[in-house]
Amino acid sequence: MNSVVLPAGHAGSGHSHSHAPGHGAGGPASKRIVVGFGFWIYLISDIIMFSALFATYAVLAPATAGGPSARQIFDPNSVAIETACLLASSFACGMASIAVSQRSMKWTQISLFITGLLGFVFLLFELHEFHGLVARGDGPTRSAFLSAFFTLVGCHGLHITAGLLWLGTMMAQFYAKGFRRDIQYRYLCFSLFWHALDIIWVAIFSLVYLVGMNL
Amino acid sequence: MFGKLTWQAIPFDQPIPLVTSAVLIVVITGLVVFVFAKGYVPYLWKEWITSVDHKRIGIMYCLLALVMLLRGFSDALMMRSQQALAFNAPGYLPPEHYDQIFSAHGTIMIFFVAMPFVVGLMNFVVPLQLGVRDVAFPTLNSVSFWLTAAGALLVNVSLVVGEFARTGWLPFPPLSELTYSPGVGVDYYAWSLEISGIGTLMAGINMVTTILKMRAPGMNYMRMPVFCWTSLASNLLIVVSFPILTATLAMLLLDRYVGFHFFTNEAGGNPMVFMNLIWAWGHPEVYILVLPAFGVYSEVVSTFSSKPLFGYRSMVVATMAICLLSFLVWLHHFFTMGPGGDVNAFFGIMSMIIAIPTGVKLFNWLFTMYGGRIRFTVPMMWSIGFMVTFALGGMTGVLLAVPPADFVLHNSLFLVAHFHNVIIGGVLFGAFAGYTYWFPKAFGFSLDERLGKAAFWCWFVGFYVAFVPLYVVGLDGMTRRMQHYSQPEWYPWILVAGVGALIILTGIILQVTQLTVSIRTRAQRRELTGDPWDGRTLEWATASPPPAYNFAVLPNVENEEPYWGMKLKARENLQLSAEPKYEAIEVPRNTPTGFITAFFAVVTGFALIWHIWWIVVLGLVGAYATFVVFAWRDVVETPISAEEVAREDRANRAVRLEALRAAGRAEPPQAQEALA
Amino acid sequence: MSVEGDLDLAPGYESQSEEGAGREGVREGVRSYVLGLALAIALTVASFWVARTHILYGPSIPVALVALAVAQMGIHLVFFLHITTAPDNTNNVLALALGILIVFVLVFGTVWVMAHMNHNMMPHMTSMEAPLAAPSPQNE
Repeated sequence: MNSVVLPAGHAGSGHSHSHAPGHGAGGPASKRIVVGFGFWIYLISDIIMFSALFATYAVLAPATAGGPSARQIFDPNSVAIETACLLASSFACGMASIAVSQRSMKWTQISLFITGLLGFVFLLFELHEFHGLVARGDGPTRSAFLSAFFTLVGCHGLHITAGLLWLGTMMAQFYAKGFRRDIQYRYLCFSLFWHALDIIWVAIFSLVYLVGMNL
Repeated sequence: MFGKLTWQAIPFDQPIPLVTSAVLIVVITGLVVFVFAKGYVPYLWKEWITSVDHKRIGIMYCLLALVMLLRGFSDALMMRSQQALAFNAPGYLPPEHYDQIFSAHGTIMIFFVAMPFVVGLMNFVVPLQLGVRDVAFPTLNSVSFWLTAAGALLVNVSLVVGEFARTGWLPFPPLSELTYSPGVGVDYYAWSLEISGIGTLMAGINMVTTILKMRAPGMNYMRMPVFCWTSLASNLLIVVSFPILTATLAMLLLDRYVGFHFFTNEAGGNPMVFMNLIWAWGHPEVYILVLPAFGVYSEVVSTFSSKPLFGYRSMVVATMAICLLSFLVWLHHFFTMGPGGDVNAFFGIMSMIIAIPTGVKLFNWLFTMYGGRIRFTVPMMWSIGFMVTFALGGMTGVLLAVPPADFVLHNSLFLVAHFHNVIIGGVLFGAFAGYTYWFPKAFGFSLDERLGKAAFWCWFVGFYVAFVPLYVVGLDGMTRRMQHYSQPEWYPWILVAGVGALIILTGIILQVTQLTVSIRTRAQRRELTGDPWDGRTLEWATASPPPAYNFAVLPNVENEEPYWGMKLKARENLQLSAEPKYEAIEVPRNTPTGFITAFFAVVTGFALIWHIWWIVVLGLVGAYATFVVFAWRDVVETPISAEEVAREDRANRAVRLEALRAAGRAEPPQAQEALA
Repeated sequence: MSVEGDLDLAPGYESQSEEGAGREGVREGVRSYVLGLALAIALTVASFWVARTHILYGPSIPVALVALAVAQMGIHLVFFLHITTAPDNTNNVLALALGILIVFVLVFGTVWVMAHMNHNMMPHMTSMEAPLAAPSPQNE
C-alpha cells in the first residue's frame, strides 16, 4: 500500500525538496534549516528561563534586608566596559560568520579568537565585580535582592563561559576538519547562541543595572 | 572524601525500606545476571541501548513508564492501606516514612510514568504519521531518553541510599529549605528532576522542529493528523514551560547549597515566589500530559467509528487555544495563598474558560461516533471510559475554579480526587488506549483482547470505587496527606477507597498478564499487513514493525487521511499502487552518546546530592568529553542498499496484496459497505 | 547539495545564497553587521546617557530605558540574527512571538500576582518599593 511513484530525486537519504507551493508542504526541510530552527527553539526556551530569573529579580529587588540596594552597589563604568566588550564580541562573531562563508581559515580563526578574547575580558570584569561584592560582605547570601542579582547576572556569565568552551571547541574543529558542512551548521548554532547572549545582556544592563541605579 | 555519604545512609534500622531495597537489589541483580548469561547484551547494546531510531526510543520510554507505574502504584497501595488502618491508630507507616511515600508517589507518577508514557507515544508515532524517516535530531532523542531514565534511577536510588523528600511532589519552601529539610531527600528530588528536565526540554525542541519542518511532501498543516497537532501543542508547552521548572529548582538548590535567600524566611526571602513560579510551570505541565492523550482519542475514535474525525478545523483551533490558555490559569493552584479578590477573579474566570475548548473536543469525538460503525475494541473502550470519567473530572475542576469554593476545598481529598480523576481518566486511559492501539505496529503482533477488556473494566470500576469516596470525605473536610485521623464519618469511605485500589491492582495484574500471555502466544497473533485496525493515517501504511527507515519512499500526501485515500483506491482497483523506484537510504548511525551522557549525569547527580565535590568535577568533565567525542565523528550515517529496501518493501506489499484480494473475494458488497 | 526550492530560511542566514557568495556577498554582509553595530552603539550610549544625566524627567527614565532596550534587541535580531518579516522567515518569527508572549505573561503575571500577595500577606513589604513593578493597584 505504498506511495505513488515520485519524481526521481525525492527518495533517497531523507532529504527531500519539491517545488510544491508554500504552507510547509514542500517535504522535509534541508538539514541547514532543521538545525538552525531547532537551535532557535532552544534559544527561545533559554530566554524563558532567563525571564523566570528576571521575574524573580523584579519581585525580590526591594528585599534588601538591611543590606545594600541596587543603587549602592552598581558601578556604571564597569557595566559600560562589559557592554562594550560583548557588543564588540558580537560584531567579531558576525565577521567570523562571513569568514566561514568565504572558507577563509585565517580570518575565521582570527575573528573567532577576537570573539573569545572579548568574551573573556567581559567575564574578567564580571568576576571582579562579584569578587568585590563578596569581599565586602555583600555577597549573594546577604539578602534576597543580592541572591536574585547574583543568580540572574551569574547565570548569564555561566552561559558566556559555556559559550567560550564551545567556541574553543569550534576553533579546534575548524582547524582539524576544515569547513565541512556539519561543522558550519554547528558554527551557525554557536553564532545564534552568542548573539542571543548579547540580547540578554541588553536586558540585563538596561533593566538591572541602569534602572537599578536610578531608583 | 565521600562528602555526606556514610553507612548510615542505608536504612538498616527501618524494616520496610530495608526489605524493599533488598528485594529490589535481588531482582535487579538477577535480571542483570540473566541478561548477561543468556548473551543478550550484544543484541541489547546494538539494537536498543545505542539506538537512535525514534521507534526504539519510543518503546523504551513506554517501557520505563510501565515499570515506574508499578513502583508508583506500590506507593499508592501503601498510602491507601495506611489510611485504612490509621483510624484512631498509628497505622504501620511512621509519619517520616509516610511523607516520603506520598512525595515519591506523586513525583514518580507525574515525571516518570505520565511524562515518559506520552513522550514515548509521541516519539513512536509522530514521524510515522508525518510520513518521514525519523525525528529532526535522532541522537538528541537518545540523549533525552537516557537522561529521563537517569532521573528515574536517581529517585529509586533514594530508596536504598539515603531518603526521599518529605515535602510532597512539589517541594514548597520553607519546608523544603535546608532549615526544615536538612537531609538529602529534597536534593535527590531536585537533581533528579533537573537532569530529566533537560532531557524533556530537548525532546520538546526535537518534536517541535520535526513537526514544523519535517513532513512528507504535500502534507501542509491542515493535512496533519490531529495527534500531530496535539503533539505540537504539547511540545510547544514543554519548550516554554520547562525552563521555568529548571530555573525554580535551581533557585531552591542555591538556597540549600550555598545559602542564598530566594525562598527562605530570613534576609528578605519570599516563599510565595516559589509557589508562583512552580505553578507557572505546573499548570502547563498537566496540559503537556493531557494534550497527547486527546490526540490518541482523536485517532482511536475515528478509526473505530470507521469515520473521519468530525470537525478537524475546530479540533485544531481548540488544541491551540488550550495550548495558549494553559498559560493563563496557574494561580488557581494557590487561590488561598492571599492574592486577593481581583487576581483570584481573573484566574478563576480563565480557569473556567479553558474548559470550553476541551468541551469542543469532547463534542467532536461524540459526533465522530454518531452515525459511525463502532467497533468496541480495547482502545475504543478506554476512549469511551475516558469520555465519561474526564467529563466528571473536568466538572469538578470547574467547580474548584470558583475561588470561594476552592477556599473550602483546597488541599482536601476533593482536590486529590479531582486531579486523579483527570490524570487517570484523561492521561492514563489515553496512554493505555495508545499503547494497545499502536502495540501491533511496534511489534508485529497484537495484545490479547479479552485480558485487555478485563483490565479496562477493573481500572474503570476500580477508579470510581477508589476516588468517589475521596470526593465525599473531601467535601466532609478531610485534608490530603493525612497519616492518621480520628473522624469516624471518614472511616468507611476510606475503607471503600482501599478496596478500589485493590480493584485497580487487579487491573494492573491483568495488564501484566496480558503482556506476558501475548508475547508467549505471539506466533498466533501475528499481523503481517501492518494495518490490523483498518487505520486511516500513514503509520498504517508501513510494515509492522516498520523498517528502520520507516518508508521505502516518502509518500506524497494529497489530502487529509492520506492512507485512507490510498486504501480506497486500492480496494476499488483490487490492486496496490505502482511499485516505487527504490533507492539506497542513509539512516543515522547508532551511538552510545546518550547512554554515556546519562551515566555521567547519574554520577554527577549522586555526587551533588552527597556533596562529593571531586566526583562532581569528574562527572562534568566526563559529560563534556562525551560531547566532544560525539562532535568529532566523521561517519554519521549507515547506508541501507536499494536491494534491501526493495526486498523489505516487496515483502510487505505481497502480504497486503494478498489481504486485499482475499477481502475482495470474500464479500464484495459488504466490502463496499465498509467503505461508506 | 544545493538548496534551491527551500522556501524558508534558517535563522542566522541573511539569504539563501550567503554560502560561498563572492566579493559582493562579503561587502553586503560586512555592511549589514557594521550598520547593526553602529545602531547598537548609538542606542547603548543613549541608554547610559539617559540613565546618568538628568536630561529626562525622572520617573520616565525607566520607561525610556525599556524602550531603548527593546529597540536594541530589535537591532540585534535584524542585523545580527537576520530575523525579518519576510515570508521565508515566518516560522522563526512565530516562534519568537510565542516566546515573547510567554515572557510577558510570566514576568508581568508574576509581578502582578506577587504585588498583590505581598500587599495582603507581608505587612512590611509593599509593591511601591519594587523598581520594575507595574503601577501597584490598591485593592479593598
